[in-house]
Amino acid sequence: MDFLSTLQIAMRALLRNKTRSILTMLGIIIGVGAVIAMIGIGQGADQTVQKQIATLGSNMLFISSGSGNSGGLRVGNGSTKTLLEPDVAAIARECPAVVAVAPGTQTSAQLVYEGDNWGTRVVGTTPEYFDIRTWPFQSGTSFTRDDVTNAANVAVIGETVRKNLFASTEAVGKKIRIGNLPFLVVGVLVAKGQSAALSEDQDDTIIAPLTTVQKKMTGQPWLRFAMASARSRSSSYAAQQQIQALLRDRHRIRPGQTDDFTVRNLADIADVASEASKVMTVLLGSIGGVSLFVGGLGIMNIMLVSVTERTREIGIRIAIGATEGDVQRQFLIEAIAISLLGGVIGILTGVGASFIISSTAGWPVAVSTTAILIAALVSIAIGVFFGFYPAQKAARLDPIEALRYE
Amino acid sequence: MAPSESPLTGPDQGENVLHVEELHKYYQMGENKVHALRGVNLEIKRGEFVAIMGASGSGKSTFMNILGCLDKPSSGRYLLEGTDVAKLDKIQLAGIRNRKIGFVFQGFNLLSRTTALENTELPTLYARIAKEERRERALESLRLVGLAERTDHFPSQLSGGQQQRVAIARALVNRPSILLADEPTGNLDSHTSVEVMEIFQTLNDKGLTIILVTHEADIARFARRSIVFRDGTIRRDEIISNRAVAAEMIKTMPALED
Repeated sequence: MDFLSTLQIAMRALLRNKTRSILTMLGIIIGVGAVIAMIGIGQGADQTVQKQIATLGSNMLFISSGSGNSGGLRVGNGSTKTLLEPDVAAIARECPAVVAVAPGTQTSAQLVYEGDNWGTRVVGTTPEYFDIRTWPFQSGTSFTRDDVTNAANVAVIGETVRKNLFASTEAVGKKIRIGNLPFLVVGVLVAKGQSAALSEDQDDTIIAPLTTVQKKMTGQPWLRFAMASARSRSSSYAAQQQIQALLRDRHRIRPGQTDDFTVRNLADIADVASEASKVMTVLLGSIGGVSLFVGGLGIMNIMLVSVTERTREIGIRIAIGATEGDVQRQFLIEAIAISLLGGVIGILTGVGASFIISSTAGWPVAVSTTAILIAALVSIAIGVFFGFYPAQKAARLDPIEALRYE
Repeated sequence: MAPSESPLTGPDQGENVLHVEELHKYYQMGENKVHALRGVNLEIKRGEFVAIMGASGSGKSTFMNILGCLDKPSSGRYLLEGTDVAKLDKIQLAGIRNRKIGFVFQGFNLLSRTTALENTELPTLYARIAKEERRERALESLRLVGLAERTDHFPSQLSGGQQQRVAIARALVNRPSILLADEPTGNLDSHTSVEVMEIFQTLNDKGLTIILVTHEADIARFARRSIVFRDGTIRRDEIISNRAVAAEMIKTMPALED
């Protein structure tokens, strides 16, 4: 029998038992839907994390003084006094994979503007900082190199600070106080938002020239951190190596001794985050896989019932000239039709679910065409695998017995 | 009508359609070995109308199943149009059932929720005939049994006699060499039975070879030759002399309300 006629007969058999066909499909619908939704949501979450990490800066490397381990004692970042401005200058000079580097120190202080005050993080750095972090201004500009040289009382504020101190009035050009010192606001940064990777509000900050913070506020001549920008994402690892080698040399750390600094590579952080979401995707995907398997068993069950019910029909078909292959194909195509149809409905359900969940969670929707294609192929494979035994059973029926079957 | 004009006959009329030699069949029924056929010898020529009779257990059903290539003999030879059926594989046997043999059963055995036309068309699907020709042949078959007006009816919308006529149309659609009818009137009232026999006689007059299994002597009288089975062998094989003509009988029968 030609394929089209076989398909027609199979579809008619499915339509004859609509409720049963739909119930049978349900397992596949749920399985495929779950897999598609999970992959979509997993990828959406991953993209969100990656985007958040990217907001930290392009190809950024983070150098902090102090290391994870110092002579058996764990020492926190920023706790040693060995990272100095000449180190930063040397990195800019001698590391070919680094395009820009900015020194940094940090403290916290209370800001006052007219009647309002706001406690925030004060960062002291150089103008390169804004380039490294790819952080544009919503109004005003950065402070200048001269400001750094002169330890001028100028500052750039983040969006959270602007909101709390200025509300709707213009901030640029206003005088604020940091502690007791008067500062002129020269620029306001655009909002970067919450960083999932650092779990802090990146916009809750005020940034002033390094020298100003060091001399007038902390009184510490050493740096707490430095930020560098690698030439490209692929060269971040090389940049990390170069910085590490240079600093070990400058700090006279002998082979075998632990570093008194830490260089973190943003690409690494991103990789760790994406590894985590991959694990999540695999986990959720395998739950979907299990329900697909159970759905397949459901198909097998119903096909076996169907073969028994239609014993007489099979007998008739064999008597009038159907070969074993014809009968087997008929039932196999029925099983494939159920699972493929279930798969298609499942794909639609899964895509719909990922849209709903993503929009509730505020994630981007990532519906992968590969996942859809694989789901469709898997549905067909399930139909073939679980339909094979019932189809074979049908094909091997003894026509004489089958014709007598009531 | 001259036989050569009929689509139901081949050119070699008068030859043996069927040749059966020393046919034996054993069954294993639990612990008992049943000897269902004990050496059957039979020749049927093209254009014959043979009634096979016998009590249940006489072996006639087993014989029919072997003739219909649904079952294989334990020993002996069965030639269908000169082909030794025992030498054929499963796919070839399916082809024989499909093209050389037309089956008519007691219980009609139509597919439910499938129209008369589609039921009739079914064997042509397995014969891999082109779509237009399938339809044409099915319509022609239904015309032969007088159901041209009911092509779109489902079996549930047809009377028993009409259902059996659809089954006959289905059996004829691939222009078989023989028509095997197993108790075709067993589920029908006497009036409808005669109507079905009239169709058989008309088809036989056009040259179709028919083998009819029945246990009713009244029905066997419509054939030209009767064979009686008992205990797995042929007991009697004779020409029916005072053959009943269904077309005439219907005229004298009281009409029944359908």
